[in-house]
Amino acid sequence: MTFQDALLLARPEVFLAASTLLLLVWGAFRGDKAMGEVSIGASLALVAAAGLAAVSPEGTAFSGGFIADGASSFGKVAIYLISPVAIYLGDRWLVRVGNGRFEYPILILLAALGMGMMVSAGDLISLYIGIELQSLALYVLAAFRRDDAKASEAGLKYFVLGALSSGLLLYGASLIYGFAGSTHFDLIAKSIEGGATGTGVLFGLVFLICGLAFKVSAAPFHMWTPDVYEGAPTPVVGFFAAAPKLAAMLLLARVLSEAFGTALEQWRQIIVVAAFLSVAVGAFGGLAQSNIKRLLAYSSIANIGYALIGLSAGSAEGMEAVLVFMVLYMIDVTGFFACIGALSRDGKPMEQLSDFAGLARVRPGLALALTALSFSVMGLPPFSGFWAKMFVFKAAIASGQWALAAVLLLGSVVAAFYYLRLIKTMWFDAAPGQTDKEPLDAKGVALASALFCFPVVLPALAVLEPLAKTAASAFGLK
Amino acid sequence: MRSAPVMPEYIETLVIGVFCALDLVLFYLFFEGGLVPMFLIIGIWGGKNRVYAAYKFFLYTLLGSVLMLAAILAMASIAKTTSIPDLMVFKFDPKVQILLWLAFFASFAVKMPMWPVHTWLPDAHVEAPTAGSVILAGILLKMGGYGFLRFLLPMFPQASVYFTPLVFAMSVIAIIYTSLVAFRQVDIKKLIAYSSVAHMGFVTMGIFSGNAQGVQGAIFQMLSHGVIAGALFLCVGVVYDRMHTREIAFYGGLANRMPWYAAIFLLFTMGNVGLPGTSGFVGEILTMTGAYQVSTWTALAATTGVILSAVYALSLYRRVMFGELVNPKLAAIQDLTVREVVIFAPLIASTLILGVRPGLIFNLTAASVDHLVGAYKAAVGG
Repeated sequence: MTFQDALLLARPEVFLAASTLLLLVWGAFRGDKAMGEVSIGASLALVAAAGLAAVSPEGTAFSGGFIADGASSFGKVAIYLISPVAIYLGDRWLVRVGNGRFEYPILILLAALGMGMMVSAGDLISLYIGIELQSLALYVLAAFRRDDAKASEAGLKYFVLGALSSGLLLYGASLIYGFAGSTHFDLIAKSIEGGATGTGVLFGLVFLICGLAFKVSAAPFHMWTPDVYEGAPTPVVGFFAAAPKLAAMLLLARVLSEAFGTALEQWRQIIVVAAFLSVAVGAFGGLAQSNIKRLLAYSSIANIGYALIGLSAGSAEGMEAVLVFMVLYMIDVTGFFACIGALSRDGKPMEQLSDFAGLARVRPGLALALTALSFSVMGLPPFSGFWAKMFVFKAAIASGQWALAAVLLLGSVVAAFYYLRLIKTMWFDAAPGQTDKEPLDAKGVALASALFCFPVVLPALAVLEPLAKTAASAFGLK
Repeated sequence: MRSAPVMPEYIETLVIGVFCALDLVLFYLFFEGGLVPMFLIIGIWGGKNRVYAAYKFFLYTLLGSVLMLAAILAMASIAKTTSIPDLMVFKFDPKVQILLWLAFFASFAVKMPMWPVHTWLPDAHVEAPTAGSVILAGILLKMGGYGFLRFLLPMFPQASVYFTPLVFAMSVIAIIYTSLVAFRQVDIKKLIAYSSVAHMGFVTMGIFSGNAQGVQGAIFQMLSHGVIAGALFLCVGVVYDRMHTREIAFYGGLANRMPWYAAIFLLFTMGNVGLPGTSGFVGEILTMTGAYQVSTWTALAATTGVILSAVYALSLYRRVMFGELVNPKLAAIQDLTVREVVIFAPLIASTLILGVRPGLIFNLTAASVDHLVGAYKAAVGG
């Protein structure tokens, strides 16, 4: 394959990188008043990149470091389509709080580019490059309101702990390279098949999974999540909780199935423990929260636990379930944070649970959307969250892990309590006063995602499921 | 709130879905979907302690349901289908049946509710508005019995036989223990709620006796209980609307001021006791006949429930209706309005008609019951 062919295979990323640089220069010349233009440009670039990814041919490029296959296209289309929503919400939100700077859409673009690299990674080096490109952009985004103490704290915490996890990941990668003799996923797989599953490779695998578990915020590597969620600007958190999780989960799925597919029994133990701990931490940790963003942080930890159950099935069905789960979850959580970003009282954002008292009377539309989204994340039929959970549990049970599935389903009952508390606060409590007029942009996104979680999800699943099936077949599992 | 009338219709949609679904996932969807409107009905329009009751109702039921979901997914992976008619003829391994049975049982036992997972029901009933209680007693509880008949007996016959002693024991405890608990209540609604648990004990006993009398009786008992308990909750609603309290001690001597109300209340109390001539009698006698053929001791213990139900129901009636009207606040209480009489009329008619002509129902259910019992007996070799 010539260099030219390789570039052609990476068209979406090349295009995205070029547009990012172009927009950056444009913004640098025009200053912060260009934020709107840069946002529109960035959104268009992302949508175009999604289109390119959808029609991308399959193959590997850059001597195996870059993979374009069904799974990567699936991931890229999802990531590149949800990112413009984050740009749209964040752009309006930052302007409202008087912090509208043109770097915001650029950073989202860079993060999306990193995620595109992650889902296309074919060896440990491009994996690391993808993760770092994404993470660095996200660290800056977390601290985007630099005059805000909490946001700065969030950014710093995220950075320090993120650097630690990158260290773990690199250490694991170096061990794997040392013992398997290659950084390429398929060559690692071959060397394991050849009988090299020594302690060394497994040690490396453990560190690698730890590093990636940090990125998806699976317990016991979840500590940063509540603090970062609480401090970072609301639309940014909405972005954190959606696209990067999908990218990291896809990457985890690819590493585990393509490089370590033959060591299934070994990594399954780690994933099962992480799934169990995540659901437990997410369910019990959320009970004591009074800040809605921290609450959602715990909710996302629990949900990652459910996604990991699909992964632990170690089958094509399981991978398909993970993809469906992550896409549906992504839409739910975007809606959730759009709702929170839309609500303020006397110019202050409503972030305490008690602020939501009586919302059903004051803002019935948003309250209804939040209720539907809560029931959905809780996993109650017929909302999208139920279907998401059903797919992963079906895969887990089909692979014979019923006890785990039953225990984790019980965990979802514990978690149901705090979603119910939110619903109870909105519907049963008395309102302390009027809220500010909700901005149309966030309200629109909130209502759209609520409508998606029921009833649009039903026809959407008919499309999504075959797509995920094709994508999951790229991992080469049975 | 304006949206109030929408909720019962929403529930009705879901309940019809539950009874019509011929696919397990679809069944679960409707079964679980019913939690949302009921949670909102209790929480928004309920009494003082409504939030606690709403949580308790929701979490209890969800806990049972998720286990059923795990079992549904397991069945789908073993039998490669979620179609209920296909699963009915599919033969699960007896060891697997036991686990699946337990998971389904957890869900339906909570819904029914059976002792000892019944404690959400009195709370939910007391806090729910009258309409909510009627829906709960009349319709939602019956989904549990339907589940037993639809899933446990035909799909897991060996496990059902294996666990029959457990179910019998739980039913008998429900009948005796909750009747005694009902007797000690100070709140009218709570008393009726506990009596519901006791009556549901007859239903589970009848279903697991596994013969035509028992199953027919259980179906009839569910129907009749839906009418009678629903009507009793309406009766409570009548005085609650006027006086805004459900405390038994507050009332007394109402028969003096409200003769029509007293007459109607008496009819439903007798139905609740199981007086021959009312629909309550038919279900009780048949479930006991059915159980007698399987376990004499169970039937014997259950008969005490008939006496105990007379004890609490009649003492409730005496304390509320008879005696002198001593509480001055009751002096101006009005008898039933035309609207209330119209609401009660169909319930009175069905209690009496079903009491003397139970065949109206049995003719409808006979074919299904014979089929069910035949298949069950064939599967367990009896």
